[in-house]
Amino acid sequence: MAIPHGKLPGWADYGLLPLINVIVAFSVSGLVVLLAGESPVRAASLLVEGAFGSGQNIAYTLYYATSFIFTGLAVAVAFHGGLFNIGGEGQAYVGGLGVALVCLWLDTLVPWWITFPVAILGAALAGAAWAFIPAILQAKRGSHVVITTIMFNFIAASLMVYLLVGPLKPAGQMAPQTRTFFEGGQLPKLNWMLEAFGFTIRSSPLNISFLLALVCAFLVWILIWRTRLGYEIRTQGHSPKAARYAGIGEARIVVITMLISGALAGMMALNPVMGDTNRLQLDFVTGAGFVGIAVALMGRSHPAGIVPAAILFGMLYQGGAEIAFMMPNISRDMIVIIQGLVILFAGALEHMFRPWLAAAFASVSPRSVGLGRTGREGA
Amino acid sequence: MEVVTFFAQVFDSTIRLSIPLLFACLAGLFSERAGVFDIGLEGKMLAAAFAGAAMAAVYGNPWLGLMAAIVVSTAFALVHGFASITNRGNQIVSGVAINFIAAGATVILGQAWFMQGGRTPSLTGDQRFTAITLPFASELRGVPIIGEIYSVVLSGHSILVYIAFFMVFFSWWVLFRTRFGLRLRAVGENPAAVDTAGISVAWLRYRAVICTGILCGFAGAYLSMSIGAGFVKDMTAGRGFIALAALIFAKWRPGPAMLACLLFGFLDAISIRLQGTPLPMVGRVPAQFLQALPYVLTVVLLAGFIGRAIPPRAGGVPYVKER
Amino acid sequence: MVQAAIELVGINKSFGAVHANKDIDLKIEKGTIHGIIGENGAGKSTLMSILYGFYQADSGEIRVDGRPTTINSPDDAIKQGIGMVHQHFMLVQNFSVIENVILGAEGEALLKSSLAKARSELRRLEREYGLEVSADAIIEELPVGLQQRVEILKALYRGAEILILDEPTGVLTPAEADHLFRILAQLKEQGKTVVLITHKLREIMAITDNVSVMRQGQMVATRKTGETTVEELAELMVGRRVLLRVDKGEARPGEVRLSVRNLTVVDSRGVTVVNDVSFDVRGGEIVGIAGVAGNGQSQLLETISGIRQAKSGQVLLNGEPIDVTGNADPGELRDRGLAHVPEDRHYVGLVLPFEEYENSMLGYHDRDFYLRGPFLDIEAIRADARDKIEKYDIRPPNERLKTANFSGGNQQKIVLAREMEKDPNVLVVGQPTRGVDVGAIEFIHRRLIDMRDQGKAVLLVSVELDEIRALSDRILVMFDGRVVGERDSDADEGELGLLMAGVESREAAE
Repeated sequence: MAIPHGKLPGWADYGLLPLINVIVAFSVSGLVVLLAGESPVRAASLLVEGAFGSGQNIAYTLYYATSFIFTGLAVAVAFHGGLFNIGGEGQAYVGGLGVALVCLWLDTLVPWWITFPVAILGAALAGAAWAFIPAILQAKRGSHVVITTIMFNFIAASLMVYLLVGPLKPAGQMAPQTRTFFEGGQLPKLNWMLEAFGFTIRSSPLNISFLLALVCAFLVWILIWRTRLGYEIRTQGHSPKAARYAGIGEARIVVITMLISGALAGMMALNPVMGDTNRLQLDFVTGAGFVGIAVALMGRSHPAGIVPAAILFGMLYQGGAEIAFMMPNISRDMIVIIQGLVILFAGALEHMFRPWLAAAFASVSPRSVGLGRTGREGA
Repeated sequence: MEVVTFFAQVFDSTIRLSIPLLFACLAGLFSERAGVFDIGLEGKMLAAAFAGAAMAAVYGNPWLGLMAAIVVSTAFALVHGFASITNRGNQIVSGVAINFIAAGATVILGQAWFMQGGRTPSLTGDQRFTAITLPFASELRGVPIIGEIYSVVLSGHSILVYIAFFMVFFSWWVLFRTRFGLRLRAVGENPAAVDTAGISVAWLRYRAVICTGILCGFAGAYLSMSIGAGFVKDMTAGRGFIALAALIFAKWRPGPAMLACLLFGFLDAISIRLQGTPLPMVGRVPAQFLQALPYVLTVVLLAGFIGRAIPPRAGGVPYVKER
Repeated sequence: MVQAAIELVGINKSFGAVHANKDIDLKIEKGTIHGIIGENGAGKSTLMSILYGFYQADSGEIRVDGRPTTINSPDDAIKQGIGMVHQHFMLVQNFSVIENVILGAEGEALLKSSLAKARSELRRLEREYGLEVSADAIIEELPVGLQQRVEILKALYRGAEILILDEPTGVLTPAEADHLFRILAQLKEQGKTVVLITHKLREIMAITDNVSVMRQGQMVATRKTGETTVEELAELMVGRRVLLRVDKGEARPGEVRLSVRNLTVVDSRGVTVVNDVSFDVRGGEIVGIAGVAGNGQSQLLETISGIRQAKSGQVLLNGEPIDVTGNADPGELRDRGLAHVPEDRHYVGLVLPFEEYENSMLGYHDRDFYLRGPFLDIEAIRADARDKIEKYDIRPPNERLKTANFSGGNQQKIVLAREMEKDPNVLVVGQPTRGVDVGAIEFIHRRLIDMRDQGKAVLLVSVELDEIRALSDRILVMFDGRVVGERDSDADEGELGLLMAGVESREAAE
């Protein structure tokens, strides 16, 4: 995917360069704030205040971050397999269907802690199912997964509208949504966790799926770096030829990778559907699937990078609300710009500063960029 | 006669709804034929719609609006070009980024400048591109079928509609009848052949993305200043992606692109018309089914079950001179 | 004195540490066919790419028709009347012949008149040079020989006076090659100058007037073709090198481990790259396959190791068939005792972004030894990697270092260690010392001999003739996809050189 222009020491490659890219993305965002006639500095302080100023705010920040961890992981797993899954949005949407069906079925029968694992399964299965057709088409027919997953986002949107204005809507109700789940279909909140740190929280949507997201981040790390399957996925992602040489079946890896990716995206639905609104509503994903792309790129597809990146975006979502309240010129759409800029600078332009940085390093310390030794060998 | 009137109206809205698709689809045609994939059509269209409506609202002239739309859309196209041609970045990632930047920036700037929740002020009268009545349209109205088609379906659209159809021919002519078109198609298939023929690959591709920018400008201008009366948040509503689907459906050819856009426009028009009305034989068709149909058809096509859509061979791959 | 069409004076070109062209002087006389011959990597293609403006020389001068010029791009070269037919055709596959011909030389902004002009010009070229091809045919529907003709037409259409052809017969059938030579003779008759880059002596002798020999980036000699012999050229090409000697005892061949029968492989372009090849490799011997790169050795290796599908034929591993015409699985072949050191270690044998220890099990990652259930046994893997690092003296001795950061020689040792340590009974090796430093070469050679002495069957492919001669107990020579000869390890170098250049016997060369 990338063309290395020059050698950099590891810490510069994995730390400094991405940091420069993100800083540039935020600086350009500051310019937009300026264009909108507000002070970027004040916006930044409002942002931090809004995101972390009180227990309440922190809880909201983490609530948003929960969704982004799931979708970021989904995109990252696919990246490791050399696949670009733009379908997280649709997979999450359909994942919501899985959650809702389980909750509508079990909420009156059993307590939440029995519903929860079944709902996790439902969300994962539904998300994976939605990724399956693009996956199989890529593996068997070579149809590019980027285009098919985009198409499946739209198909998911139509499907869900159809279901929510039709079969899933209780009789006699106007709003296109399911009935509200009973207690057996509601996830417990995590307010106590923050209260343990001495914060006071009136009400917040932060729920136990946040912990599930962290567990998933850990499991993804295990999967990618500690299992045979993960090893095969990474081999395929880095070099399909090497995978072929090693006897790793390409079609199998493509399908499995996409299923895991879809399952993770689907599990995102647990957070808003079962954890907050307690019913399935139209458009509940609200772009979280796409935020996952920015989160994965920023977190360099590593769970240890994805969790902080997701919290950063959670902060933008929550703090953005604060800015929107205090600065009438800035709405929460600011986040969308920042997200786009992060994707642009950390993704598409990730190597823009590399030659410049390599030159800087070469002038400061030639040895660090490998000029002390002989350069490339002959071909 | 009611059937004729019904279909005349459906075809009339088919044309209206397919025009933004058509501009965007032709836009994508130039870029992708030159080997630069562009999933940022949506974003460019949106940015253009906003710039056009903002300009028209302030200066009261739709032509100025069109200019602004083209300039802004082209600027975005150049960002995509910079990322994918000069920096050899991932073209998909760059396209996604552009969609987000446009989606956010239009609303933020709209709110900052006009204070109407991200909208631009409503455009009235000749701030918009108004309908043109073709000669004798009202006289011919009475003539059965032909008159109805002429006066309802063909007449009464804004100038942009006629430009769009002209663009189909023009794009074909440029691509297949000019030197520029020959080189553009060549660079999307085998950039090395172009390079060894002594032509700059980068400059050629930049010119292609500029064409894309200009056409997306038209698409956006049509949305906010012709079919709509001002900019509304996310007003492209996925049309950039349907245009992409149409492009694949048309196998990257202008004539079929027009037919694909008309087909997808027709599906849209009929789904609006048919909401809740049962059809003979098939019964009630959910509108969502018709809305999803373009995407479903495209997936089926991509899977190669009904003919194969083969993209330009060098598409999506940055050109690196081989050692 | 005949006037020089092209004169190169003191051309130098380096790629990083590789000095591809060293002080090259070359004079090409007008109206002649000038051959440039040399082994792979001798620097022929680099030199011609400089002449065509694809690369710029670091120093030196180019004179066209006696005038010093600078050629900074193909465009400049075209303006100087230089045309080039690349080894990989620079054609747009879904364009028609005439569209390809005018691309970049359309003349006007509109195609209509350019096409009309081109059509009549094509007819003229057709008449003058016998270059018949239908102007409206689509390239991808044409056979390779005709596609090449389009490349020649492209150059002539641009008014080329000097035509460079880079390995033009590589993809042609013998009949097509003969036709090409007739065309070249015709061009010469019309006063054009032709530069023919090749590694095939037969072609040089058949049609050139003068021949220059390149070796290791240097121009070692220029001769009039009529005044030289294939033996002299072969020797100039290969050089009188320090003999590479590897201490090894007598081979003790055992039973047949690997048996290839009538293997034929066709590549994606439809070209037969391996043609009816049969041979056996016994335990305890090294069989070397010599040949200039591109004569089917790579595809042969890939097919035997299960990466590439064969069209027909059979391969037996320890007497049991491998499904080479179906879906052979490289993983399963490993389990059956076939280890493979691929030619391309950067993209096939290794995953460069991986840490060293991760590569030390590539392909063997499904062995219980490395696993605990579905999980990787990281400690076992790393310990195993450290073991190999010590045994094979891999430097730096750090299993956590990114593989890309090891030198070529050490990367190759990583691959060798992996493939040798699992006790295979057949080892298939491609270009084991390409891009490897001298110290590592000796080590690698020693290891291969050790494998033989342990009774393994070793199949070695290398374009380094010295290496083949030093290591092999038997030598097969491949040319044009076929095995054209088998010789003992003490075969005469000149004789092998002739075989590699497609001259089957000395008599035929006369």
